[in-house]
Amino acid sequence: MTQTTVPQEDPALLAAFEARIAAGESIEPKDWMPERYRKQLTRMMAQHAHSEIVGMLPEGNWITRAPSLRRKMSLIAKVQDEAGHGLYIYCGTETLGVDRHDLFNQLLDGSAKYSSIFNYPTLSWADMGVIGWFVDGAAIVNQTVLAKASYGPYARAMVRICKEENFHKRQGFEICATLAKGTPAQKEMLQDAVNRFWWPSLMMFGPSDKDSPNSAELLKWRVKRKTNDELRQRFVNLTVPQAQAIGVTLPDPDLRYDAATKNWEFGEIDWSEFWDVVKGNGPCNVERLEARNAAHDAGRWVREAALAHAAKNARSVSAA
Amino acid sequence: MSSETSWPLWEVFTQGNAGEPFEHAGSLHATDAEHALQNARDVYARRGEAVNLWVVPSSAITASAPSDAGPFFEPGNDKAYRHPQFYKVPQGIRVF
Repeated sequence: MTQTTVPQEDPALLAAFEARIAAGESIEPKDWMPERYRKQLTRMMAQHAHSEIVGMLPEGNWITRAPSLRRKMSLIAKVQDEAGHGLYIYCGTETLGVDRHDLFNQLLDGSAKYSSIFNYPTLSWADMGVIGWFVDGAAIVNQTVLAKASYGPYARAMVRICKEENFHKRQGFEICATLAKGTPAQKEMLQDAVNRFWWPSLMMFGPSDKDSPNSAELLKWRVKRKTNDELRQRFVNLTVPQAQAIGVTLPDPDLRYDAATKNWEFGEIDWSEFWDVVKGNGPCNVERLEARNAAHDAGRWVREAALAHAAKNARSVSAA
Repeated sequence: MSSETSWPLWEVFTQGNAGEPFEHAGSLHATDAEHALQNARDVYARRGEAVNLWVVPSSAITASAPSDAGPFFEPGNDKAYRHPQFYKVPQGIRVF
């Protein structure tokens, strides 16, 4: 853990701020906030926005190979939503006083973090189903709680996003349920995707509370309302019955129902894999960054043309 | 990269149904008003959330300061006579 210097805040302002948080008030961009709150939010929101943007890449991989026009339309709409989610959150982050170009650059030069789940490859069509089911399912669990976050612009972006994620999750689960009723090869493809994505999906909630350096502060200031472990457990409890309903096996021999706690207990997560992917050694970290940079470079002429068009229109208006 | 010119920031307001008030939906970057409207449609109204859109340059908005919230709005609070409950009517009569 690197020790960062804690900026000295005015105790009276800090106390007033914490009282507002305790009273359940929403913090708005122009309100006074501790530097640490601003920093932590910026870091968390930027990571979230980056995740939405990078999250388009694994799914974009399958748009041209979707098995039917219906599936293809859904997938395009879903990927477009992810771009929109990235925009909502980048704009929300800008209310904290950062420039989104700086955030873009941090993503492009590899210094920014994003959800490690997107550093896994999408090898089969079943992966599109399982991503919608697991990854968007996990995102809903996470974001439903973030919709009550203390920072107004973040919470409002989450409300909007949650509505759209429900479509994502259902389209994913429909793909899975269809494959589960298909040929032996389709069932096998589905089970393989489930096997590959289950553990990385559990890792999406972040390190266990005891190893999560940021959790305590984020909880204190109600940016987070539930711990990583609580959210992970909620996701498992929701997902196990869904897996049973379509007859796929979750790849965890230790998974069992605890009647006392009403929780589905699960096995140990391989945190060494998680940290390895976070540090840049996942199967697709390099590929994702290259694809993002290529897209950014290829879009440059569009951005320049839009500016030139606006300048030309402005001239013709002033000349008229 | 950072040498690129930033597009101006716009605030987006949506009207959910005809007759309803416009509500702030969020913000976006766009080169001009027409571009802002098109982006606002794509970002904030993909699922029938709006029948009308306003886009306003963020720089054109003047807002009250949160630190003024108390004193700025205070004068309204001691004018109870602005509220209908201030006025007594004989019991048992429906005034409206």
